[in-house]
Amino acid sequence: MLRYLLRRLAVAIPTLFIVVTAAFFMMRAAPGSPFDLDRKLPPEIKKNVEAKFGFNKPLLVQYGDYIVGVLHGDFGPSLKYRDKTVVQIIQENYRPSMVIGLSAFVLSIVVGINLGVIAAMRQNGAYDYATMAVAIVGVCIPSFVTAPLMQLAFGAKLGWLPIAGWDGGAPPNLVLPVLVLALPQIAIISRLTRAGMIEALRSNYVRTARAKGLPEPVIVLKHALRAAVLPLVSYLGPACAGLLTGSLIVERIFNLPGLGKFFVTSALQRDYTVVMGMVIFYAALILALNFLADLLYAALDPRVRLA
Amino acid sequence: MSQITLTPGSRTTELMGRAVKGRSLWDDARRRLLRNRAAVIGMAVLALLVLAAAIGPFLVPFAYDEINKNDVWAPPLAAGHLLGADALGRDLLARLLWGLRVSLGIGAVATAVSLIIGVAWGAAAGYLGGVVDEAMMRIVDVLYSLPYIFFVILLMVTFGSNIVLIFLAIGAVEWLTMARIVRGQTLSLKQKEFIEAARAAGLTRVAIIARHIVPNLLGPVVVYVTLTIPGIILAESFLSFLGLGVQPPMASLGTLIADGAQDMELAPWLLIFPSIAMAVTLMCFNFIGDGLRDAIDPKDR
Repeated sequence: MLRYLLRRLAVAIPTLFIVVTAAFFMMRAAPGSPFDLDRKLPPEIKKNVEAKFGFNKPLLVQYGDYIVGVLHGDFGPSLKYRDKTVVQIIQENYRPSMVIGLSAFVLSIVVGINLGVIAAMRQNGAYDYATMAVAIVGVCIPSFVTAPLMQLAFGAKLGWLPIAGWDGGAPPNLVLPVLVLALPQIAIISRLTRAGMIEALRSNYVRTARAKGLPEPVIVLKHALRAAVLPLVSYLGPACAGLLTGSLIVERIFNLPGLGKFFVTSALQRDYTVVMGMVIFYAALILALNFLADLLYAALDPRVRLA
Repeated sequence: MSQITLTPGSRTTELMGRAVKGRSLWDDARRRLLRNRAAVIGMAVLALLVLAAAIGPFLVPFAYDEINKNDVWAPPLAAGHLLGADALGRDLLARLLWGLRVSLGIGAVATAVSLIIGVAWGAAAGYLGGVVDEAMMRIVDVLYSLPYIFFVILLMVTFGSNIVLIFLAIGAVEWLTMARIVRGQTLSLKQKEFIEAARAAGLTRVAIIARHIVPNLLGPVVVYVTLTIPGIILAESFLSFLGLGVQPPMASLGTLIADGAQDMELAPWLLIFPSIAMAVTLMCFNFIGDGLRDAIDPKDR
């Protein structure tokens, strides 16, 4: 198992390095400089500003400087928000994203698994069809459709919940964003769980457990579910990536002061250092989460554990 | 050594007749697909949508960018606007049909791009194997680990949003899964017994590829293509929603939804009709994709 995990780690680190490199050169290939959006600067001042940020050095030197900085945990200053470093910006804005991201993650796993297990146990029944219909709708309707519709229904028409805003993370403000973010994941997780459960319930070891006379809840929860959640564990990485992508939309629609909103704004403003820093941050996060999922997978699947 | 005599109407002839006529893999698949009600409905609705996108704009008495000062926020059915009009008095039906055309077009073209890159990449990796395979798939892994929308955003920011670039950018990002599927399929097909049997039976390499590898490769690829198109329509709408995709006065389903979301309290129809169009389109593709998967991949049944 240790070898398996080391092998995974050996992939993750070069991946991160390549991500840093690709992000650096793609951003620098962009036409236009980050100072273009400001009022026209006299050439001498522009030169000075560029020198301050090291833009006058050869590209490879800039790249080398950047890598050294990253290794020291320094992503450089923001080019647009003077007096702030990229790390500070991430530190100041990660909370709303983390709160809704984690809530949506927990919600989608709890609800998704429950829906999937119940649907599998009543396969081809009315409940099963209803759940899977909802799941298909959840997959097909993107969050930028569900979000405004929910704002319209629960916010504007019924007035139950605030339409948008963060308000220091007040629970009513969180309901709609978390729901919108979790819905596609709930749909996918319930489908995966249902498929896994149906296969597990038909397997020989479940028949053996039945033959032993074990009570049904023990069979379902202890024997079948354990096998059924395995494909789910490999989906955890993509699920987190989906939540991160979804947060770009959700934070924008609900006007939440989080990283997703910041990322889109920075990309539009060509704030190189912030965009690169956040891409590296996102990539590292996804790699770390994938690694955790691998750990969990190894712990659950004896075939991996013993290999 | 008695010879089998064939009397008309006997069971043997019947069997022989059927054997001679033969049912290819694809006949089987088509039969199974046509028995799937959701998939058939999906195909019918999709055909209607494509037809509407193709000829619809010519049948509506308004142009998609025609501004009518008197019809600002006209509700559905008012002033000849079947689905109402937007903040500039532009006919929603005309814009919706145009948006459908743009979204479906982007879906088709970008899928073709992803198909070409993905199949070439995956087949090369799977066929060459060894170090080359390892390196090529590592690149795929790296791209996978990025939140992919970042790449597209970066491309749009880097080169400005024009519609051709949207085609290419999305297609260039969406080929990863295709490459993985094709590679895996090629790898496992290369050493299947039936390929060996075909070789032993003296089939030429071309015949083996045409008769055994391509049909087996084609199945998953076709299924994945049907699932890629809605993914791409979604990605384009996502970008357009963020303001990075199709630029006004052009419309796509994404921009229409984004515009509708802004005025949803004053004119909810501007949000509701495009949302329905988007959901129906995506659902059709998903039903067809699921149906095709059940039909083509006998393992899942």
